[in-house]
Amino acid sequence: MRCGMNDITGMTALELSAAIRQKNISVTEAVNAYLDNIEKLNPELNCYITVCRDEALSRAAEVQSGIDSGRICGRLAGVPIAIKDNICTKGIKTTCASKMLENFVAPYNATVIDRINAEGMIILGKLNMDEFAMGSTGETSYFGSVKNPVNPEHSAGGSSSGAAAAVAAGLAPTALGSDTGGSVRQPASYCGVTGLKPTYSAVSRYGLIAYASSLDQIGIIGKTSADCAALFDIISGADERDMTCSKEFVFDYNSVRAENVAGKKIGIANEFLNVGLSPAVKQNLLDSAERFETLGASVEYFDLTELKYAVPAYYVIACAEASSNLARYDGVRFGHRSEAAKTLDEMYVFSRSEGFGDEIKRRIMLGSFVLSQGYYDAYYKKAVTAKQLITKAFEKAFERYDFILSPVAPDTAPKLGESLGNPLKMYLSDIYTVTANLAGIPAVSLPCGYDCNGMPVGIQLMARRFGEADLLSAAAAFGREADL
Amino acid sequence: MSFETVIGLEVHAELLSETKVFCTCKSEFGGKPNTRICEVCTGMPGTLPRLNEKVVEFAVKTGLATDCEITEITRFDRKNYFYPDLPKAYQISQLYLPICRNGHIEIKTENGKKRIGIHEIHIEEDAGKLIHAESGTLIDYNRCGVPLLEIVTEPDFSDADEVIAFLEALRSILTYLGVSDCKMQEGSMRADVNLSVRSEGSRELGTRTEMKNLNSFHDIADAVKSEAARQIALIESGEAVIQQTRRWDADRGESYAMRSKEAANDYRYFPEPDIPPIDISESFINRITSALPELPAAKKQRYMNELGLSDYDASVLTNDIYVVGFFEAALKDCGSPKEVANWVLGEVLRLLKDSGTDSKSNPLKPEALVKIIEMVHTGKINRNTGKAVLEKAFYDGVDVEKYVSENGLSLITDSDVIKSAVEAVIAGNEKSVTDYKRGKTAALGYLVGQSMKALGGRADANEIQKLLREMLN
Repeated sequence: MRCGMNDITGMTALELSAAIRQKNISVTEAVNAYLDNIEKLNPELNCYITVCRDEALSRAAEVQSGIDSGRICGRLAGVPIAIKDNICTKGIKTTCASKMLENFVAPYNATVIDRINAEGMIILGKLNMDEFAMGSTGETSYFGSVKNPVNPEHSAGGSSSGAAAAVAAGLAPTALGSDTGGSVRQPASYCGVTGLKPTYSAVSRYGLIAYASSLDQIGIIGKTSADCAALFDIISGADERDMTCSKEFVFDYNSVRAENVAGKKIGIANEFLNVGLSPAVKQNLLDSAERFETLGASVEYFDLTELKYAVPAYYVIACAEASSNLARYDGVRFGHRSEAAKTLDEMYVFSRSEGFGDEIKRRIMLGSFVLSQGYYDAYYKKAVTAKQLITKAFEKAFERYDFILSPVAPDTAPKLGESLGNPLKMYLSDIYTVTANLAGIPAVSLPCGYDCNGMPVGIQLMARRFGEADLLSAAAAFGREADL
Repeated sequence: MSFETVIGLEVHAELLSETKVFCTCKSEFGGKPNTRICEVCTGMPGTLPRLNEKVVEFAVKTGLATDCEITEITRFDRKNYFYPDLPKAYQISQLYLPICRNGHIEIKTENGKKRIGIHEIHIEEDAGKLIHAESGTLIDYNRCGVPLLEIVTEPDFSDADEVIAFLEALRSILTYLGVSDCKMQEGSMRADVNLSVRSEGSRELGTRTEMKNLNSFHDIADAVKSEAARQIALIESGEAVIQQTRRWDADRGESYAMRSKEAANDYRYFPEPDIPPIDISESFINRITSALPELPAAKKQRYMNELGLSDYDASVLTNDIYVVGFFEAALKDCGSPKEVANWVLGEVLRLLKDSGTDSKSNPLKPEALVKIIEMVHTGKINRNTGKAVLEKAFYDGVDVEKYVSENGLSLITDSDVIKSAVEAVIAGNEKSVTDYKRGKTAALGYLVGQSMKALGGRADANEIQKLLREMLN
């Protein structure tokens, strides 16, 4: 296990902010503790693409004086945070782990960045990821793979690989990631930490570099679900710059209570168990179900036949939207422009061929195909219909159940180098996580055990739309019970 | 074989909302390049569109004014293609559920009245401007994201006159609504022409071409005639018309085919996921309906019925909202609509045309015209003097009453002065007097002219004529 956790970096974000408020630690000490760990471990783990050492230290001093004067008093004031490199941070390189944006400095802050800055949190740096958030193992990054801190021969998952690994290894107390088909939950479960994907529209996407607009959400990775709740309170809520962001939703932070899980009904879809689960994952699922029962919840099995459409619908929709969202990377105004180009067409073709990795090209081609004349109805339109069916199926399920429990991935973190040769197998392993993105519902992945090689296993809990308070209450209860 | 022409139009009008359609940048014409841009309209990574509600209002207004059905739930779609003036590499437009559908505008040409169908009206964003310089191609994104209304007609036109009549009527409506200023020379109104020919009486449509780069009504009329002739000539010589996009060259007076790449574009339209469907409620529509101004057709009718103006006069007046503004302001203080109409149609329009001034920038104040009309009416000055003073007011901004008194332009009222001037003219023009007495009535006109000259134009010509007749008979 590669871990730099000491007194400071072993604390949760809430514990750290309390210690800062009580003047047991200064903000600068906290930031330095993390910067030291980063210096020690990042060369091997490769979690960070950009470390903002000077900015973080100067901001730390600012925040400390703000806290001292009472001007800054957020719940997580003074706590450091790291940001996945597809979220725009003004004046700081935002690369999406791609050669295309290798030197792109964002000209503005994402809404969530404005909010964490206002809270008094300190950005440690930008985290490594799968290129443009497309991938499940961290291996499509232009800047090299992230290594799993539990065992560096293994992948940290993806696409928020750096975020999960950093939190697990003590290189950041908490991190913002993004989740389009599981990209926060799966790496969290592979690294043994907690990952929350909010309800679609609960968190503003303004400043999140788009992959699939109808599925993307900014998510949170933390050591505990309580930390995730605290961060969710900061970043969620209406934003007029994002027309898809809910105007009405307000997170009720104070209603998150571990006690609230008693009497709740939990459903497990039979279809989830029919998919090549590894024995360790299956066992952990059953153990987790039992744990929820000891907490006073009831567990039932049910059919969710629409699940068979989930992976195909996801990939058709995600790739279609990606092919359009990534068209703006053309070498004209910013980003990589090929030096070999002599004509307009060459500028487009060479810049994009040079700037994008293989997985990006694969998905752009797939996406362009399913939107093309003659195929639109058969693929894209059908996939949207399937998405609506899946959404309705979950709404119906939530009439009976308060939560739905499932594995996060069929197996634990694969070894590095094993996955990219079989993209289709990689896509199919998203089966558990894409459903929440398609249905737009909130989902959290919680650490619940290990396999026989000591690799972490997680389980996933899903709730109805805007049910984050209930979801995080159940997660808190489970966390206590699991005693990890 | 005789042919008939079938024409449809796609008109783009830039809207007069203060800001762009999907961001808060100012949406004015001109300005130093790349000074009215932001991260959204330049398609920076991570940005999202934010719909300007004024634009929706303008679209609904236009639909209501052209008798369209307003779509209850309207949606945006992405039109994907690569070009340097399109930063996102897609244009946010409307394909599946345009905001207005199935309307019409009635036009009038020499051949009578005709109804031109409007297939749909939709909202979309404009692209930037490419400027070709020696150093390469430069791109100005100021225009990028400016809101456009695209108005697509049914293929109901059969000749250039109808096309022009429609565009004038459409321009009237859009300027009346304050939705666009429709200046082709500034690009705030653009039209593409879709044209095909077929044998007269045939029901089937021929192959059509699309023509672009039409920068004035004149260009459009020429292009229509030229293209119809070109297609007919092709068919008559046994060749087929190729479906293509053609670019009009105004200097050469002909069009040429653009690279067929245009036709090959598959835009891969799909619903815009960043903008939820927009609900256009009944109350929203009612609010806009009740705030609609009097439209050109209704105003023309009212001018004819209530003000007693002729069809022609009412037509010309109501064509231009700024002329209407001037006319109606003058009418407030002057009881004679016909008199005001005469002056506006005769003198004011002439002054605007001669000086090349926009009707919107008319330097004349309505009060000035009202005063002149009154002075003529009360006999203080004659009509000719009135015209001269109006011109002075137009070009130099003089106060008309002051000008008349300072320059001694008022009519001479002293009958002795008039009488002696006329006597002098009679005395000095024996031949004309003789001619007149012999029956040449034209000679009287000459004598009137000479008398007016002697009096410095400050007399009433009819009175002079009367006096001359008295004195010579």
